[in-house]
Amino acid sequence: MSTLALPAVASPTPADLARAERHDRWRRLALVAPALVLIGVLLVGPFAWLATLSFLDAQGSLTLGNYEMIFEQTSTLKILWTTFRVSLLVTFFCAILGYPVAYLLGLLPRRAAAFCLLAVLLPFWTSILVRTYAWMVLLARKGLVNTGLKDIGLIDEPLRLMHNESGTVIGMTHIMLPFLILPLYATIRSIDRSYLRAGASLGARPTTVFWRVFFPLSLPGFLGGLCFVFVLCLGFFVTPALLGGGKVQMIAMIIERNIVMHASWGAASSIGVVLLVTTVAVLWLGWFLRRGRRKDA
Amino acid sequence: MEDSWIPWHRRLPLILFAGLVMLLLVLPSLIVIPMSFSAGDYLEFPPREWSLRWYRAYFDSSLWGEATTISFIAGLSTALLASILGTAAAWGLRLMGRGAPPLLMMLLTMPLTVPVILTAIGIFYLYVRLDLVNSMTGLVLAHTMLALPFVLILVLSRLQGFDLNQVRVAESLGAKPAKAFFLVVLPQIRFAVIAGAVLAFLTSFDEVIVALFITGGGKSTITRVMFTSLRDQVDPTIASVSSMLILLSVVLVVIFQFFEGRGQKAAPAARKE
Repeated sequence: MSTLALPAVASPTPADLARAERHDRWRRLALVAPALVLIGVLLVGPFAWLATLSFLDAQGSLTLGNYEMIFEQTSTLKILWTTFRVSLLVTFFCAILGYPVAYLLGLLPRRAAAFCLLAVLLPFWTSILVRTYAWMVLLARKGLVNTGLKDIGLIDEPLRLMHNESGTVIGMTHIMLPFLILPLYATIRSIDRSYLRAGASLGARPTTVFWRVFFPLSLPGFLGGLCFVFVLCLGFFVTPALLGGGKVQMIAMIIERNIVMHASWGAASSIGVVLLVTTVAVLWLGWFLRRGRRKDA
Repeated sequence: MEDSWIPWHRRLPLILFAGLVMLLLVLPSLIVIPMSFSAGDYLEFPPREWSLRWYRAYFDSSLWGEATTISFIAGLSTALLASILGTAAAWGLRLMGRGAPPLLMMLLTMPLTVPVILTAIGIFYLYVRLDLVNSMTGLVLAHTMLALPFVLILVLSRLQGFDLNQVRVAESLGAKPAKAFFLVVLPQIRFAVIAGAVLAFLTSFDEVIVALFITGGGKSTITRVMFTSLRDQVDPTIASVSSMLILLSVVLVVIFQFFEGRGQKAAPAARKE
């Protein structure tokens, strides 16, 4: 390039421009490439491989046997149903507990909201294992909740709060709540308050303003958060494995057991494919609902 | 309160309910801290006698010590690697602007959307063949992949307000693209990069499932040791480990918020290109 005369720089030919353009495009790709390669090699590649494996039998010929097994074995079906039920319950509890928090945070002045937000961020940043352990301590037979309830005379016998579904749901709700509150709060912050004043000035009562104006405007963040929570629950492993105490079996746990104990990759991958397809479908639904909303608004 | 036509006492139920939920969010993990100082063989709240017994148990144990070292090395390496790869990718995407294929962003954020259990079995399957199981290299690569999207999203959102004309000026004055990036761009996004690195460190440090599959024995991470101990028989040492992990999270969240806030103040208001 150093041999180029000044006029040539001032008016480059179309060929020069095209070359420079190509050069730029390669440079941009080169910047993204390392990240892309890492994800391709560690995530996309192996999973595609496993997904292929799920369609093969022991001899290597094409079969749907692994999938038939999922839907024929009642034990597997039961696990799928448990996963679905627990995930729905957790999403539901996150909705009714999380919405008021995000709503209140949205009302507060920014500085106060930032302070209160720490109550959401701190658990969000704390290790899931630590939080699950805390709930194990709280919910155990002689745990804090049981001794507390006994001391104030509400119960005589300790309640079974752990190693069952209710313990799992309690622990998972605690872990998932920030995932709902944070996106919802961001949406609520961005709502233009003059719409509310407009509604009120036209004579709508506060509840009417909330349901007719505020709630629909908050729906994109709310639905997005709910779908995300639901999807995270579907593939959740740590909390059900520990708080469920072996009595609550979820998808992630049979995948782990199939590999660690039985080394049956075909079975594990077919369940994995089912999990992935469900995840993508729910995320797509969330995206679709949000898009539809935005067009309405 | 912005919509002030509603008297505050009508909001009282909301304030009480939301306050209670926030309390329930914070308190459970904090309860572990006083319990970790109890002197008895069993953890109790409030402890009848106080001692540092379980902290001593942690520091005397070679199992916990080794696991802590592994976790720190993995976390720091992940933070370094993920912030380099993530920042480069974010800069590449920014340069592409609207021309960036949507598929690219989807691929780059995939580690966030794919259930971790699936990522874990995929990596395990690959590592068995590459003989990377139980290796630090394998652990760091896997964690870097998981942490990449966080750095990417943080840095990219800061770059959205960046005026690309600054780079054009630098390059027209003779700076090579790399030089222009390090002299003009990086100083303006450095806080986002640091915040991303902090998040990447924590992602690695707290990660359980991948570590469960690809580490073991003397190469276990701290979370893996914790998980096995919680599943099999609960060792009260976990209370002291948990308290220290909570302290670490608090320190990191403060650092993160500091850099996040600094970055937002430092970045000029988003300009049109």
